[in-house]
Amino acid sequence: MMSSHPLIRLLDRGSTLFLILLAAFAIAIPVSNLLMPAGSALHVSTYFVSLFGKYVCYGLLALSIDLIWGYVGILSLGHGAFFALGGYAMGMYLMRQIGDRGVYANPILPDFMVFLNWSELPFFWYGFNSFAYAMLMVLLVPGLLAFVFGWFAFRSRVTGVYLSIITQAMTYALLLAFFRNDFGFGGNNGLTDFKDILGFNVQADGTRNALLVISCLMLAICFLLCRGIVTSKFGKVLIGIRDAESRTRFLGYRVEAYKLFVFTVSACMAGIAGALYVPQVGIINPGEFAPANSIEAVIWVAVGGRGTLTGAVLGAFVVNYAKTFFTSGFLAPYWLFMLGGLFIGTTLLMPKGIIGTYNSWRASQADKKQAAKDNADNSAPARAAEEVA
Amino acid sequence: MDKNTTSALLYLDGVSVSFDGFKALNELSLIVEPGEMRAIIGPNGAGKTTMMDVITGKTKPDLGDVYFQEGTVDLTKLDETQIATLGIGRKFQKPTVFEMHTVEDNLQLSLKNDRSVRATLFWQSSAEQEARIDQVLEIVRLKHLRSRIAGSLSHGQKQWLEIAMLLAQDPKLLLVDEPVAGMTDVETMQTAELLREINQTKTVVVVEHDMAFVRELGVKVTCLHEGSVLAEGTIDDVSTNDRVVEVYLGR
Repeated sequence: MMSSHPLIRLLDRGSTLFLILLAAFAIAIPVSNLLMPAGSALHVSTYFVSLFGKYVCYGLLALSIDLIWGYVGILSLGHGAFFALGGYAMGMYLMRQIGDRGVYANPILPDFMVFLNWSELPFFWYGFNSFAYAMLMVLLVPGLLAFVFGWFAFRSRVTGVYLSIITQAMTYALLLAFFRNDFGFGGNNGLTDFKDILGFNVQADGTRNALLVISCLMLAICFLLCRGIVTSKFGKVLIGIRDAESRTRFLGYRVEAYKLFVFTVSACMAGIAGALYVPQVGIINPGEFAPANSIEAVIWVAVGGRGTLTGAVLGAFVVNYAKTFFTSGFLAPYWLFMLGGLFIGTTLLMPKGIIGTYNSWRASQADKKQAAKDNADNSAPARAAEEVA
Repeated sequence: MDKNTTSALLYLDGVSVSFDGFKALNELSLIVEPGEMRAIIGPNGAGKTTMMDVITGKTKPDLGDVYFQEGTVDLTKLDETQIATLGIGRKFQKPTVFEMHTVEDNLQLSLKNDRSVRATLFWQSSAEQEARIDQVLEIVRLKHLRSRIAGSLSHGQKQWLEIAMLLAQDPKLLLVDEPVAGMTDVETMQTAELLREINQTKTVVVVEHDMAFVRELGVKVTCLHEGSVLAEGTIDDVSTNDRVVEVYLGR
């Protein structure tokens, strides 16, 4: 109910379990990697640390999609764009940190600019040597794009499949733009060869573990923010919009303002995910804008269970683990077929996804229990009456 | 129109709407006085729902005036949200409630409150609001279903819940589109009673096909045909009007 204590509202069983598990991973993995000897059975490799960190970032991207798709019914097929923009903002900071250690040893210009015979830094690269400024841009650039995009789309009442198509077009347009060398972001090579972040070597084990822990922390914070949003009265309005948009409108809610707010929040979260992703994988290139990436992220959410938040993160982990597993063996050429099959299978057999299906199973069990109890209660007085007789 | 030249709560004059050349409304004029209950009847395609759309801002008229509150507010210049905030509540033809929410939450969302993003994000329930929900549930006789999921209600109960949502908004004017469609006879009579009760404090416009129901309401009736008013008066006057009979039974 809406009137219960805010903390109880925020942390139901599933959410608490999710946060405990996340904390356990965030502690166990660095301990195992840094403190256990390399030969020990309890040791995990640095490769695994970064891989897990990458999954956490995907989890955060999935969470941001679930917030708008699961709760307001906005199916964005271009959320990878916000993820990539956040990634580029972080990448630009990391490029500026290289300084004169690049191949061309130019203290100001990144290598690709020297290669293109540019003589000075383009204005939009100003300020990215400051970490704080770069982090601000991580939020601001995706947020602003989402705000402007959403302002036009929602005000014109573009919904459903039409909106999905426009989001695809948006990410595709950005893909083409970032591919161009003269756009100023490294063309098709993107940004890479990072050296350090805040003075720490990005390749060092300690930095990698720290990035993993920070990613888990950001995921936890964003998760709680999402819980706060969806369990508030605001969240109930969102579900109202999803299920009966015109009813909400005729009740006097400004539907476009609600959509715009939550779409912008979601884009900022995707931006954070991208920013955490880039130092862990060591590269950002225009490929991240590919429409297929955004669609894949939607599949994670569908598999895990839309409208559950925890399911989105779980879906990101499950599908990406499967991807890592299957693309490294002889099954590699068939991965895309498997992914497609997974999506079709989920849609046909488990439309509510893993967590959604589990929740309805639990609800039906609870109903049965209640029914059994009601029966027992009803028959008890009858039996008592018989005994007396 | 000059201000305050009419005492009407709702004033429609010469309203025309056409879709692809089809005239859904053809110079429709209608005046509803404050505190009145009006029944609107008419065969399919007479323009009843389009009229509702025009009043609530969903459809803009091609021609004509639509004024609210003694001619002070021009409804054609406002959108759905503004009109709803102004105090016009609308029940849809097909019962439209928030199926995934409980009955209580459905009403909580409908209560007259600040509808801004910020207000709902940081909103807290209050005893006063709870009492108001109780009060509204009492009126529509759904108090025992307060914590039920709205999607699990019967068709008739959903209709009543939607009327309750309208009441929770505390509107000045209720537009009720086919409230008894699909209801049993008993439910139909209960709904008539409910609407009469509501009419003690609110102005109500009811669109309905069911003649027994309209008779039960016992109010002034307007019969629409091809987008304009065909006849107006008591149910007996209207139902014996030759042209109305002709329209309903065909030529």
